[in-house]
Amino acid sequence: MFELIQPYLQWMPAGAATVSIIVMKITVLLVPLLLGVAYLTLAERKVIGYIQVRIGPNRVGPRGLLQPIADALKLLTKEIILPSSANRFLFLLGPVLAIAPAVAAWAVIPFDHEMVIANANAGLLYILAMTSMGVYGVIIAGWASNSKYAFLGALRSAAQIVSYEIAMGFAIVGVLLAAGSLNIGEIVMAQQGGLFNWFWLPLLPLFLIYFISGVAETNRAPFDVAEGESEIVAGFHVEYSGMAFAVFFLAEYANMILIAALTALMFCGGWLSPLPSSVAEIPVIGIVLGPGIHWFLFKTAFFLFVFLWLRATFPRYRYDQIMRLGWKVFIPITIVWLMVVGWAVVDHWAPWFD
Amino acid sequence: MNAVTNYIKSLFLIELAKGLRLTVSYLWRKKFTVQYPEEKTPLSPRFRGLHALRRYPNGEERCIACKLCEAVCPALAIKIESQKREDGTRRTTRYDIDLTKCIFCGYCEESCPVDSIVETHIFEYHGEERGDLYMTKEKLLAVGDKYEKEIAKNRELDAPYR
Repeated sequence: MFELIQPYLQWMPAGAATVSIIVMKITVLLVPLLLGVAYLTLAERKVIGYIQVRIGPNRVGPRGLLQPIADALKLLTKEIILPSSANRFLFLLGPVLAIAPAVAAWAVIPFDHEMVIANANAGLLYILAMTSMGVYGVIIAGWASNSKYAFLGALRSAAQIVSYEIAMGFAIVGVLLAAGSLNIGEIVMAQQGGLFNWFWLPLLPLFLIYFISGVAETNRAPFDVAEGESEIVAGFHVEYSGMAFAVFFLAEYANMILIAALTALMFCGGWLSPLPSSVAEIPVIGIVLGPGIHWFLFKTAFFLFVFLWLRATFPRYRYDQIMRLGWKVFIPITIVWLMVVGWAVVDHWAPWFD
Repeated sequence: MNAVTNYIKSLFLIELAKGLRLTVSYLWRKKFTVQYPEEKTPLSPRFRGLHALRRYPNGEERCIACKLCEAVCPALAIKIESQKREDGTRRTTRYDIDLTKCIFCGYCEESCPVDSIVETHIFEYHGEERGDLYMTKEKLLAVGDKYEKEIAKNRELDAPYR
C-alpha cells in the first residue's frame, strides 16, 4: 500500500526514501495503537463501571469521550520525581525498556492479508523474543527505584512473567505444529474456511491457556499480585510519576492489545470471516461479511473486552496459587495437548490438519 | 466422588464461567448512579445538616440559654454564655458551634426544650478561610432567618413521629 507513494519520493536519495517510507509505516501503525491504548483506559473504566451498575467517567466531553486526553494532559504536566537514592540512568531506562518491546512486537502483526510492516518468516519467534524483553524493564525499574516495595513488586512480576512465558511458549508451539509455519500471516491462512476451521477448536485447551497466560503475563487482574494495592501499593512502578509512570501504563496496555491481537490471529483466524468463504462473493455486503481488517479489529476488541470482564469478575489470586497454576497445571496440560496435536497433524485430521 | 467433581469443575473452569455469566448480565442493569449536582437523592425531613437558631414568629429569639445542648454535646462543640437582659429574661450573649468539631448527632436539637437550635437540611456549605466554619450566634440566627420556612415545614412533617 505504500508502493503508491514511492514515485513521489524520487527526489530523495534512495536510502532516505526507504527510511521515510519505514517511518511513515511506523507512524500509521503507532498513532492508532497509542490512541487505542488511550481509549482502552476509558473502555476499561466504562466496562467495569457498567458491570458494577454505575456509569463510569462521563464528565469530560460528550459521554466522557475526552477523558483519556484529559488524563494524558494531566500526566504530561506532572513532575517526574527522581528519588534521591535511585540510580538515575537505570531509573529512566526502565520505562524505555518496558515500552520499546511492547511497541516493537507490532512490526510482525498482520492486520489484513499482506498488511504488515515486516512479513518476517520467524514472526512468532520475534514476538516471543520481544515479549520476553519486557521483563527487563520491570526488573530494572524495580531495582533502580531503590525502594523495597518497588523491588518486591519487580520480583513478583518478573517471576510471574517468566513462569507464564513457558506455558505461553508451549501454547504457541501447538499453533506452530498445527499451522506448520512461524509466519503469522501463514498461520492465519492455515485457518481458512470459517468459524470451525479456526484453531480455537482443535487447540481449545491451548487457546484458553494462551489467553489466561496472556492475562498473567501482562500482570492484569486476577493475576495482578505484582500491583497488589493492599500489600505493595503499585509494584515496580511505585516510585514513578508523571510521564515516566504514563510510559509504564502505555506499555501495560499496549501489551494487553498485543496479547488480544495475537489470540485473534493464532486461534481465531485473524482477519478471516467466521462465515464460509463463499459469502465474500456476494455483492456489497460481501465486503463486510468477507475477510478484512474489520474482523481482525473486532476480534481484538472482543478479547480486550474479556480482559476487562475478567478484571471485573474475579478476586486476586494468591501468589503461591499463581505459581501453582502456571507450573503444575498449565505446563502439564499444554505438554499433553501438544502430543495430541502432534498425533492429529501426523494423522491429517480434517478439516484442520489436511 | 466429591473430590472428582470438584476437580472436574475447576479443570473445565465451570465455576469461573458461571461468575463471568453473572457479571456480564449486570452490564445491562439500570445504573444506580445519581449525577450529583444535577440530580439529588431525596432528603428526609429529619436530615441533620447545617445548624440554625430559630426565632418565634414575633421576632423574639427562642433560645433561653438553658445550656442543655452544651451539656449533651458529645463533641463539646457548643459554647454558651448568658446574661440577664433589661426585661429580666435570660438570654445568650454568646452561642458558638464549632462545625469542625460537630459530629452532627442531633442531640442538641433533641435536647432543646424550645426548638431553638435545629439542624437543617442544608449540607452544601463550605468555609473559605480558617474560622469560617466556627458558627457564632449571629451566623446561626442568620441561617435560621433565611431558611425558617423550610425548617418549620420539616419540623411539621416530622412531628407525628416525635
